[in-house]
Amino acid sequence: MEVKEQLSNVTAPSVHLLGKRIPAKPLNKAAIVTRLTLFILAALTVYAFYSFDYKELDFMDALLGTFANLKTIFLEPHLKHFSFGHALYQVMVTLGLAFLTTLFGAIIAVLFGLMAAENLSSRRVSIVIKSMVAFIRAVPTVLWVLIFAVAAGLGSTAAVIGMTFHSIGYLIKAYSESFEELDRGVIEALQASGANWWQIVFQAVIPSSITYMISWTFLRFEINFAVAVAMGAAAGAGGIGFDMFMASSFYLDMREIGAITYFILAVAVILEIFAAKIKRKLKTV
Amino acid sequence: MQADIFAKKKRNTLAFLLLLGALTILAMIITEYNVLKGFTSIPKAIQWGMANFYPTAESLEKLPVILDKLQETLLVSIAATTAAAVFALLFSIFGSNTTRVNAFFGAITRGIATVFRNIDVAAWALILLFSFGQSALTGYFALFFGSFGFLTRAFTETIDEVSGGSVEALKATGAGYFSIIFQSVIPSSIPQLISWILFMIETNIRSATLIGLLTGSGIGFTFNLYYKSLAYDTASLVVVVIIAAILLIEYASNYVRKVIL
Repeated sequence: MEVKEQLSNVTAPSVHLLGKRIPAKPLNKAAIVTRLTLFILAALTVYAFYSFDYKELDFMDALLGTFANLKTIFLEPHLKHFSFGHALYQVMVTLGLAFLTTLFGAIIAVLFGLMAAENLSSRRVSIVIKSMVAFIRAVPTVLWVLIFAVAAGLGSTAAVIGMTFHSIGYLIKAYSESFEELDRGVIEALQASGANWWQIVFQAVIPSSITYMISWTFLRFEINFAVAVAMGAAAGAGGIGFDMFMASSFYLDMREIGAITYFILAVAVILEIFAAKIKRKLKTV
Repeated sequence: MQADIFAKKKRNTLAFLLLLGALTILAMIITEYNVLKGFTSIPKAIQWGMANFYPTAESLEKLPVILDKLQETLLVSIAATTAAAVFALLFSIFGSNTTRVNAFFGAITRGIATVFRNIDVAAWALILLFSFGQSALTGYFALFFGSFGFLTRAFTETIDEVSGGSVEALKATGAGYFSIIFQSVIPSSIPQLISWILFMIETNIRSATLIGLLTGSGIGFTFNLYYKSLAYDTASLVVVVIIAAILLIEYASNYVRKVIL
């Protein structure tokens, strides 16, 4: 009897506590912003669907048509307006465009990346370069290419310069962030031993961030391949993208688009496998 | 011995640089890239830009039309990203090593995502042009497919990173599959997921400009219209508006990232 009474005494406060459950996730600023962001995105999406200019398109018809088209494109590819060898050569041209822009971009970005890293240059220089990078990145690549095309004429030269611009912006950001990760003490130690700026850069900064730099540069190469395809289609840069644009807009040949898509897909997958291999190798070294 | 290592390192570096140089020359030949023209075109472009490529008072009259198109492009990019994110979340849960149902299913979902990711949005736009024509939906689906592929990869990596230990712990307590997903995996990875979604929206606005050029819709088409009719002052206004929009969205998403991460 006494024991029972005591037991009820013990359980009483815990029941009281259960009634006022402590929330598992307190509603702090982060939680509010998360929910607000999701809500705004959802609301904008609903509004977007409501406001689209459908141009009296029958949605179901178009969707079924797309499935039929996709079947034609991917299951019955053929080459009609050019040969397999020509397509392979055009893929090489696109790869060449991507290679040149990545190389030029990387060389210039290393220089500016060093100046943009806060631990290697002054704060003011860093801010100036970083805001320039933000500006360069804000302009879509195709617009850079078209702007340079006015001066250099539509073609591969304008495309390389325009695409290089965007690569520089991207790589400066990536490089400078990996430079900034370098331990402050390493630089101080080298400075104390009398090393000059170039010695610090070549003996400490670049060796310690070279693996990051290589994987970022190769990632940009992959992106540049896709961009080069797009520039071939939109800005007359040549390569496989131009053939795709012709097949789509002039010959209206779906089967040829399918064949070209397979070419692009094959190269992209090969690049991705190659990138994964490089990453694994760098990790073990 | 030490001298040997340095000599070997030097030889390797030299070989690498020679290979790079040879590839560069090869690439220049097959792409018909003109080095001289390339370098001289930069100052020429700047000179030309200073002289012609700035908005004038007349072009400001076109601002409402441009803003209208910009809004369309922004909405297309956002709607494509959010819808793609929903599908990507589903696929990444099935594709991630920690949360997949079984290995076979996981491999299939990852394979599908690889195909979608590696076909560029520009290629998707040209494929979809056949059935959707010059409507906003062409751009919408092109962005949707591209974002779906990319986000599935990003989400899969995030889930792998974030939820290894907690999934194992919950499994040990006997929690069911769905309670593991909804109580642990999604809540712990949601800040990263939102960060990726915001990044994708920024990228998509840039891609939307390109797709607009190719398919004749949105702000890209507006730019092309003025650019091709040599109305460079108005074309530059379009560029200014795009830059402003992208910087604004970057600022907003940086704020959100700072708070939630």
